[in-house]
Amino acid sequence: MLAMVLAPLIQGVINRTKAVAAGRVGQPLLQTYHDLWKLLRKGAVYSQTTTWVFRAGPVVGLAAMICAIALLPFGAFPALAPFAGDLVMAAYLLALARFFTVLAALDTGSSFEAMGASREVTFSALAEPALFLGLAALARQTGTLSLTSMLGSVSTAMWMRAAPALGLTIAGLGVVFLAENARIPVDDPTTHLELTMIHEVMVLDHSGPDFAMIQYAAALKMWLLGAVIIAIAVPWHSGNPLLDGGCAIAGMFGLAVVTGIIESSMARLRLLRITQLLVAAIVLSGLALALVRR
Amino acid sequence: MNQLVNAILVFLVLTGFLLLASSRLVACIRAVAIQGILLGLLAIAAQDGHPSVVGVLLPLTSAAVKGFILPWLIVRAMRDADTVREIEPVIGYNLSVIIGAVALGVSLWLGQRLPLPNQPTSFLLVPAAFFTCLVGLVLLITRRKAITQVLGYLTLENGVYAFGAAVALEMPILVELGILLDVFVGVFVMGIAIFHISRQFDHIDTGRLVTLSDRVP
Repeated sequence: MLAMVLAPLIQGVINRTKAVAAGRVGQPLLQTYHDLWKLLRKGAVYSQTTTWVFRAGPVVGLAAMICAIALLPFGAFPALAPFAGDLVMAAYLLALARFFTVLAALDTGSSFEAMGASREVTFSALAEPALFLGLAALARQTGTLSLTSMLGSVSTAMWMRAAPALGLTIAGLGVVFLAENARIPVDDPTTHLELTMIHEVMVLDHSGPDFAMIQYAAALKMWLLGAVIIAIAVPWHSGNPLLDGGCAIAGMFGLAVVTGIIESSMARLRLLRITQLLVAAIVLSGLALALVRR
Repeated sequence: MNQLVNAILVFLVLTGFLLLASSRLVACIRAVAIQGILLGLLAIAAQDGHPSVVGVLLPLTSAAVKGFILPWLIVRAMRDADTVREIEPVIGYNLSVIIGAVALGVSLWLGQRLPLPNQPTSFLLVPAAFFTCLVGLVLLITRRKAITQVLGYLTLENGVYAFGAAVALEMPILVELGILLDVFVGVFVMGIAIFHISRQFDHIDTGRLVTLSDRVP
């Protein structure tokens, strides 16, 4: 699948945008691939206090992401395994991956990782309703329960009919996108100071191939949530699968550039303010649902 | 047309949340100003068919007063009183936003239950108006600074205006001009009052005004 190959590139585009905005040359666009390759060749170090849960974390995380990607259509290409209600499945696969990452973090017995786990769970508990309400609004608007038919039936005509609802959905899912992928207003992916991190702190003890799996799963997660947003934001269907696919890929890179610009222009929010941002996301998605419900 | 009205109403609701969430007074004032302008646009957009000259001029006037003159007065009062932020509201900002979400739910429920003489342009009109009123009330009750309370009062009035746009499409001009004048004078008087409070007591914290009394200790 396209997503499997291209997903790490998105992070490269975000990093390049940030570098350009800061006046630097920046790392190569393919840096994430190099990192993954380097990590895969290394050996893993396991702490003596950890159990099998620690080793299972990255594997389950990556497996859940690959399953979720299989439910996701892209451009004119339908999902590999669509069925009615698969949007709930996709959302819970994300939750499953998160659950195992958190378990693995707790398994290390490190207080820092436990702190990261607690933060991650707190914020995702708020991000999840926003995601679900956004998807519910979309499902109601399109009248279907499968990601493939749902995202496929968003069209320019629908935008003319229900622009406010779709705009709100995009805004709500956009905040979820930033929060779930640990991007800047919520979490800073570049910092390595334990006190300020959320996601990165949970995976501090993973090394070698395990860490490669975690990074690759993170890239897939970003692709997954991004693709949902892009499918709503770029509603043109030409009928030509190649053209549509190209359109969607261009949209993904556009989203990456926008994320990079947001990261360059904003500072990370204080932890206390993040809940406010996420509640705002819930409200945005909820309002979208109220708009389409009538 | 309906989409335009809906979009305006959505923005109205969002500015309401901005008011609840923001601790910076300038941001709050800007949000109220945007509300005023949105309401002017709403009154024009809600009219079906061809709006009359008066029907366009009146909302424009009210948008100009609420969007530019009143905020300017409040910003001046704020500068005189040397306050930039609402420091400790009675209820925290997170809780305010959650209260806002609940208020939105209540307004949506109420909007469905309320029988109206004529069908409003958008089903969101009545809920949005109720919600704006409730935000105004929450601001009035939970904030300590006099300026934020003035903003709450203005928000409340905005909600009433939005409700007017929902129910009575042809509100008598005199009534509307009268309300506008009332609000204008009200904010004017409050601006002066804030200035005097802050000069007299070096703060505009209304919570501490309760200790005032005529009795000589």
